[in-house]
Amino acid sequence: MIKIVITVIGKDKPGIIYKISQELAKSKVNILDVSQTIMQEMFTMMMLADISHTSVEFLYLKQNLIAIGKDLGVQINVQREEIFNEMAKI
Amino acid sequence: MEKSQIIETIRMVRDEHLDIRTITLGLSLLDCVSDDPKKAASNIYEKITHKAQNIVQISQNVEEEYGIPITNKRISVTPISLLVGKTPSEEMIIYAQALDRAGKAVGVDFIGGYSALVQKGMTNGDKNLIASLPQVLTETNILNASVNIGSTKAGINLDAVSWMGKTIKRISKIKAEGNAKLVVFANAVEDNPFMAGAFHGISEGENFINIGISGPGVVKSAIKRLPETASIDQLCQTIKKTAFKITRLGQFIGSETAKRLGYPFGIVDLSLAPTPARGDSIAEVLEAMGLEKVGTHGTTAALMMLNDAVKKGGVMASLRVGGLSGAFIPVSEDAGMIDSARDKTLNIDKLEAMTAVCSVGLDMVAVPGEIPSTTIAAIIADEAAIGVQNNKTTAVRILPIPGGKVGDTYSLGGLLGNALIMPYHQAKSDVLIKRGGFIPAPIHSFKN
Repeated sequence: MIKIVITVIGKDKPGIIYKISQELAKSKVNILDVSQTIMQEMFTMMMLADISHTSVEFLYLKQNLIAIGKDLGVQINVQREEIFNEMAKI
Repeated sequence: MEKSQIIETIRMVRDEHLDIRTITLGLSLLDCVSDDPKKAASNIYEKITHKAQNIVQISQNVEEEYGIPITNKRISVTPISLLVGKTPSEEMIIYAQALDRAGKAVGVDFIGGYSALVQKGMTNGDKNLIASLPQVLTETNILNASVNIGSTKAGINLDAVSWMGKTIKRISKIKAEGNAKLVVFANAVEDNPFMAGAFHGISEGENFINIGISGPGVVKSAIKRLPETASIDQLCQTIKKTAFKITRLGQFIGSETAKRLGYPFGIVDLSLAPTPARGDSIAEVLEAMGLEKVGTHGTTAALMMLNDAVKKGGVMASLRVGGLSGAFIPVSEDAGMIDSARDKTLNIDKLEAMTAVCSVGLDMVAVPGEIPSTTIAAIIADEAAIGVQNNKTTAVRILPIPGGKVGDTYSLGGLLGNALIMPYHQAKSDVLIKRGGFIPAPIHSFKN
């Protein structure tokens, strides 16, 4: 399994999760977990997904998601999951 | 999915300027040697463009996939003086241009290793290289040079110090920026990924990926989150934990890049390296610790603790530590340092004291162009003395600015920032420097 973390930071509004999951379904990316919180007064949504069966390149997927973020006026980051685990691992 | 870890990492990159400062490919050029300089230069060009052809692309892929910015991609090579014993100084430009062109061809930001190690004496190659520095540093763009003039084991080569004073002065008259690419070391390290002093030492293997981390902004924010009443012990713990996390990122990104390039992973240099951006400053870290302005009384103590805590946190987070490892205090590259230099809280004397407890030396200090070459040499000798006596690396990267007056700003561009021209002592040191010879190694260097 190759896991990615998609984070969305910005003003909450209807349709964020819908539009992202639509793009992920189209690219055969499986969503494993979704969670949201408030970081420094900003809405933050985090999504864990598996890209091992995806039909598209990582960079292509990332660019599409970033473009969706721009349309919605939120910042979207797409990163491989390992980086988050590494930082706290002793 | 650990929410707090994800949010913390995103915040570090988004708001606190966290980046990997450099991925540096260390490359041996010993097999490029030839008695024909043109043949050797062609060997060098071929080897670098072949071995480093993927470094930029692969670094960019890693950067995209993991979302951690990698600011610079660099190459360090075998000290060139080792290859050039038979090349007259006026032909040395052939080597320099081959290195410069090869670096540009593969798209790296800098290439380092136009270097000589002369702490105990000079070979013909060393002499040829030093004599060529004014031409080389003013006619190439991304090539960086360094000369090691002292070590704890050998003492200080005062003849070389004097010559470097003259060389720096000559370079400044042709092109002041040339000196931003030249560093004069004592106790230079062989696996340093940072410029201008990076070279691939003779005890290194064929090639290595070394990595230099950054992140003063992250350390500052971590300190700022503590109350002003937090004890210095709490500050120390916080810095250690933050350094651990930053270094972890460096270790991971470095080993991933090395794996994809098919080269062994060398070392992580645990350095806090500032950039000219506000919030990415060592001065601001020291001020967050409780100083009104960097350079005031207490600065050396705060820097000593910061430097030590960064190392302690970082050592456990990485497999192999090397390079300079500590806090960098390049004046022109650090907005907070410039502010303090402008209001004269920070001067060359205080910077010199600070270099006794951090990882580098007088770095990116601009002075008026009329500074005598013997005064430049004396500044180098002072720094070397601190390094040699205290078993640490020290360095001088000084920029005389022709026509520049104390308090003027001289723009160097990019990561090099804006140099504020600082005063030096007018009393002369020329008799001392002109004595020449060697300052012997300190007694405590005889450890066998």
